[in-house]
Amino acid sequence: MTVLSGWGRVPTVEGHERLGENLAEVCRPASLSRGLGRSYGDASLPARPGAVVAGTRLGDRIVAFDRATGVLRAEAGFRLEQLEHLARPAGWVSPVSPGTRHVTLGGMIASDVHGKNHHVAGCIGAYVQALRVQLADGSELEIGPEREPALFAATLGGMGLTCHILEVELQLAAIARPWIVTEEQTWPDLPALVAALRAASRQWPYTVAWVDALTRGRHLGRGVVITGRWAEAHEAPATVPAHTRTATVPFDLPTWVLGRASVRAFDELFYRAHHWRPRRGLVHPDTFFYPLDGIRRWNRLYGAPGFVQHQCVLPVGDDDRVITSYFETLTRHGGASFLTVLKDCGAEGRGLLSFPKPGLSVALDIPMRGAATQALVDALNRHVIEAGGRIYLAKDALTRAADFAAMEPRLAAFDAVRRTWDPARRLRSALSVRLFGDAP
Amino acid sequence: MKAVLFGATRGIGRSLARLMAERGDALVLLGRDADALQRSAADLQARGAAQVATAPCDLAEPAGFTAALAAAATALGDFDTVVLSAAEFARPEQLTNDPAATARLVTVNFANSVAFLEAARALLLARGGGTLCVFSSVAGDRARQQTGLYGATKAALSHYAESTDLRDRPHGLRVVLVKPGFVHTGMTAGLPAPPFAGEPDAVAARVLMAIDRGWPVVHAPAIWRVIMLAVRALPRAVLRRLAF
Repeated sequence: MTVLSGWGRVPTVEGHERLGENLAEVCRPASLSRGLGRSYGDASLPARPGAVVAGTRLGDRIVAFDRATGVLRAEAGFRLEQLEHLARPAGWVSPVSPGTRHVTLGGMIASDVHGKNHHVAGCIGAYVQALRVQLADGSELEIGPEREPALFAATLGGMGLTCHILEVELQLAAIARPWIVTEEQTWPDLPALVAALRAASRQWPYTVAWVDALTRGRHLGRGVVITGRWAEAHEAPATVPAHTRTATVPFDLPTWVLGRASVRAFDELFYRAHHWRPRRGLVHPDTFFYPLDGIRRWNRLYGAPGFVQHQCVLPVGDDDRVITSYFETLTRHGGASFLTVLKDCGAEGRGLLSFPKPGLSVALDIPMRGAATQALVDALNRHVIEAGGRIYLAKDALTRAADFAAMEPRLAAFDAVRRTWDPARRLRSALSVRLFGDAP
Repeated sequence: MKAVLFGATRGIGRSLARLMAERGDALVLLGRDADALQRSAADLQARGAAQVATAPCDLAEPAGFTAALAAAATALGDFDTVVLSAAEFARPEQLTNDPAATARLVTVNFANSVAFLEAARALLLARGGGTLCVFSSVAGDRARQQTGLYGATKAALSHYAESTDLRDRPHGLRVVLVKPGFVHTGMTAGLPAPPFAGEPDAVAARVLMAIDRGWPVVHAPAIWRVIMLAVRALPRAVLRRLAF
């Protein structure tokens, strides 16, 4: 038995992570597949202590890669990092990049991840041509948009609760040069920042905003809008940039390191630094898409108690007050978010339970402080429910089942798919026990 | 490079094969699971290998070694490098009261490994030399409680590889003895990981450097050379008290 946790390192469950190269064999006795454990909360954890999850990370072989068409088929444990290494020199990239390249294809599908280009590109599920899956009864099946579409849609963003994903076939995106042209600009308050983010999204394929969620009053919600696109042939060399250097956090830091005062100081520095930085430049794609991957095991920065992330999408329309009051709720509860990220989302994808929908997505990192953190998440969720928004299951650890049900009118349809393909509800996780009413 | 890899569908061997594929080497994979061989061959082809062929070979069936190596020679025309990373692993408690499993571990990890290496060695010497890469383990460097018979088979294999290198290097055959420390692979899954545990990709990069440069002995990750120096120097009285 080993102690398993997600990236936030809370909660933890003692369980068996069954590892092996033959995914079909590894998954058969398991009630859940687990990739690199980079979802933040309990999505990759066994439903009860002692249960078996299938560790897919050794099942990482390429089945086929067509350099002419950009169609890649690989085993579920194949990592985004490996994908970039393989495909970028051939002029192909993942059509969607989440905040880290240390994720498996299977994990990307199970969370139906989105990225800085969601407003134009949607989720990763939009590019999945086929999945080879293992059903709850152990049999294998090839599914896709036209083959068992209901099961396919429920599997995109289905948090591993519909079937084990064995292989993924993905259409990659073509690029002219493996470099990113980026621009950054600071804005003094939330309305200006949100307006700038929306304006940027009309011109740029990749946009995101970093927000200072601590400064109160006039400057609440000041921040930096970061935009980017792949370089054209005349703008950058054809050679693939070398891998960037990484550092590792060697041990758990004391909890005051990311306390309120230091986060405030960091926000102040970050804001001022961007004030003076050159606004336009050519950067390494890894620096642009995965800045946090530069610090390996950065989750140790939060110390032994760990941290939770609260990411929600709020269908704001033109009314920014929903976001303002969300931040005010955070500061009222004494929450200090080290990294607060704002992203405008585009249309809903085909994943039955996928997270994004039109509106603004807000992601907060919150150090775990027991009951106070639970109260904060409850308060934030009341906001989400009132605004008609929803939370991102891949980040969540503390949402209550009743609150989740209030956000999720799609839950009944998802349950119906599970009843069809897994009537005994063999496939389940700590998350599904907490939010979907599964037996532990 | 034209290489024959025995045990490259898994673990460090898999990572090593991928590094070779990425630089355009021609490869033949030997193994006992036909499906795993096919899947790994497709993977290596996609990563850029000049050529990938497979041939069935089981470390528990020494009668098949000659045929497997002959099939490899046919597929590649000729080969200059042979890597043996296949082996079995068992903890001491798994062998208790199980003479069949005990005999199997000794036979596969030592007697049959030597038989395979001798067959490969003869072929390489006949063509004027080459590289013979043998995966042993730091478990063979010092007798400890936890490594048991597995460590003993690896100690014997290390001894064989070093003596072969001393004898054959003047004739153009370089023997590269690999001693991995604790590496996170399927083989070590579920075992408590000590400090300085390695990742297969980084370990394989060091092994490939050793193959290219003909190092007689390589510890990987490199820090394990220092660790094993210290462990070898520990008095037996201390080893008795440390449960490792």
